[in-house]
Amino acid sequence: MNALANIDYLSSLLQTLSTQNPGDFPKDLLPENNFPWLKQLRTQAIDQAGQFKWPTTRDEEWRFTDISPLSTLTFKPAQPGNSPALADVSPFFIEEANNRLVFVDGFFTPELSNVNHKNQLVVGNLAELATSHSDVIEHHLGQHFKSQKNLFSALNTAFLKDCAVIIAPQNTVITQPVHILYIATQAETTHYPRCLVVGQTNSQATVIEDYIALQKPANSSYITNSVAEFSLAANAQIRHFRIQRENSSAFHLANCAVSLDYASRYQAVSVTLGASISRYNLDIGLRAEAAECIIDGLALISSDQLADTHTCIDHLQPNCVSHQQHKCIADEGAHAVFNGKIIVRPDAQRTDSSQSSRNLLLSNQAKIDAKPQLEIFADDVKCAHGATVGQLDNEEIFYLKSRGIPELTARNLLTYAFGAEILNRISIASLKHTLEQIVLNQTQHH
Amino acid sequence: MISQNSQTILNVQNLHANTQNTEILKGINLTVKSGEIHAIMGLNGSGKSTLAKVLAGHPDYEITQGSIQFDQQDLLALDSEERAQAGVFLAFQYPIEIPGVANSQFLRLAYNTIQSKRGNDELDPLEFDDFVREKMKLLEMNPDFLDRSVNEGFSGGEKKRNEILQMALLEPKLGVLDETDSGLDIDALKIVAKGVNHLSNEHNAMILITHYQRLLDHIVPDYVHVMESGRIIKTGGKELALELEKHGYDWLHDNLQNNAGATA
Repeated sequence: MNALANIDYLSSLLQTLSTQNPGDFPKDLLPENNFPWLKQLRTQAIDQAGQFKWPTTRDEEWRFTDISPLSTLTFKPAQPGNSPALADVSPFFIEEANNRLVFVDGFFTPELSNVNHKNQLVVGNLAELATSHSDVIEHHLGQHFKSQKNLFSALNTAFLKDCAVIIAPQNTVITQPVHILYIATQAETTHYPRCLVVGQTNSQATVIEDYIALQKPANSSYITNSVAEFSLAANAQIRHFRIQRENSSAFHLANCAVSLDYASRYQAVSVTLGASISRYNLDIGLRAEAAECIIDGLALISSDQLADTHTCIDHLQPNCVSHQQHKCIADEGAHAVFNGKIIVRPDAQRTDSSQSSRNLLLSNQAKIDAKPQLEIFADDVKCAHGATVGQLDNEEIFYLKSRGIPELTARNLLTYAFGAEILNRISIASLKHTLEQIVLNQTQHH
Repeated sequence: MISQNSQTILNVQNLHANTQNTEILKGINLTVKSGEIHAIMGLNGSGKSTLAKVLAGHPDYEITQGSIQFDQQDLLALDSEERAQAGVFLAFQYPIEIPGVANSQFLRLAYNTIQSKRGNDELDPLEFDDFVREKMKLLEMNPDFLDRSVNEGFSGGEKKRNEILQMALLEPKLGVLDETDSGLDIDALKIVAKGVNHLSNEHNAMILITHYQRLLDHIVPDYVHVMESGRIIKTGGKELALELEKHGYDWLHDNLQNNAGATA
């Protein structure tokens, strides 16, 4: 760990780990002695974390995203025990969701959650399910990052205290979404949200992953370091809606790994609105024939926000499909980054892949870096991709003006529409409506 | 319909227009009175669509000479949105797709903006829904088109019907239809023509821009103008379109040259 000792943020975190003993964590819900596999997972992660270097803009993967402001923060891990008032949290509830898991500062909070035991889904937190579903959890937890492990996912595992667990058993089809609500309440701490979603053979489920802040004092700084793992067995279908609406002082570092088996289908929409600096890594492995992923993303940022989305879609086997549309809208002095890698391995013949990256700059100071990255090693493939960065289309503005709509209204409507096109992919009406209102408010200039 | 009591709606005098330093319109003269339907025909590149865009105030064109009076106002002094509010409507040759904006939202915004400029009441979403559904019947449009994004994934014919629907809602004094017939099959053409005929009355006027006589079988013009190289080179009645259809544009050329020879 010597290489990292000069990074204040990490030395402070590691100090916490080295001084940790059972007595310091009276609320540790997962006594390691009961779960040797968990102890092993954490120990390995601590070792791995020590082998990574702190990322700088000299690293290709971090070229556009300078996280040096983070390195001097000595934010210790958040502690359990905070429980915000129901009245403060309930505005974020989603009416269509019949299961809700609320994690406050990374710790499951049953009094704000609502777990429906009547349906066939297995929904809960790690502490509750680690015994009853240990085989599934042990098999999947921390196992989907093998090739893409990085410093922050390793740190998340090292500090793993609790985790949302959703298992869709074989042949269960559940249309109502499960809402995982992560609330950050403690100023100047790091919290480690995590979820594991397992879709077994022929199952269908929908998961909403939602990040919010209820800080006191309002808009205090904190760090979210989150990990999500999705495993889809043969013919499983999972829909994943991810909403990042942290406060504007937050740092958000997130890793999501998705593993797809035969003819399974992963459909995701990710919406990035908050945080001062955010980085979302989405790694998708199409590991068996005929697997399919459709991933859409929207980043809408202003002020001096930086939002970076790095996706990697790995076609390992023949006849897989991937479709991706990512949009960024950057206003004022904001900086958006999109890096979309698609790998088509030698065995992945008859791959059908498309990627579109469209980016809108609303001010002269805003900046967008869009980098499509195709690495194709098979010859019989269809790969379409395109990237645009620009202002609003003059022909669209003229069309609206020719109907009597004033220029400013036309510009606002088109900016809204640019974002709303991605929101249209969200199949949950109330969530879509909430996000439409947010996008509407943020795209109206006067 | 040509009438003695009609008012002049549009008066274009010696209009010259450039785009990217190239002169496209080279002295257009055109007078349109209320109740009249004018057809403007001509080959590709003759300047027909440019004239339509210039009337609607497209920012890519610079007016270098001439004037346009519209309903006793100087049209060239107005921005495109003000022209629409004053009663100019352009049905686009290639209607723009706007993913993310529901057609109903767009139609209501346009309708209410223009109503409020004219001092009329605006409609709330429910009232507007009833109103627009009634207008859609005229064009035999499926109400599902209200919930879809503006023109997105519409076929050519559906886009053109959506243009005429907008004209029906906005009730302009002057409707300029830029190749509304292109890309339409005969059934769609008849529906669009029926819509235009229904909307045409003694208080407004229409300019139909077209390549072909076909549209004029269904919307009968009072005047036919032929454009070439940025000018109107011949004006006649509806029979001129039939002559052009029969003999082609070269016939007109020869004819004009012969005439020129005869007068000299």
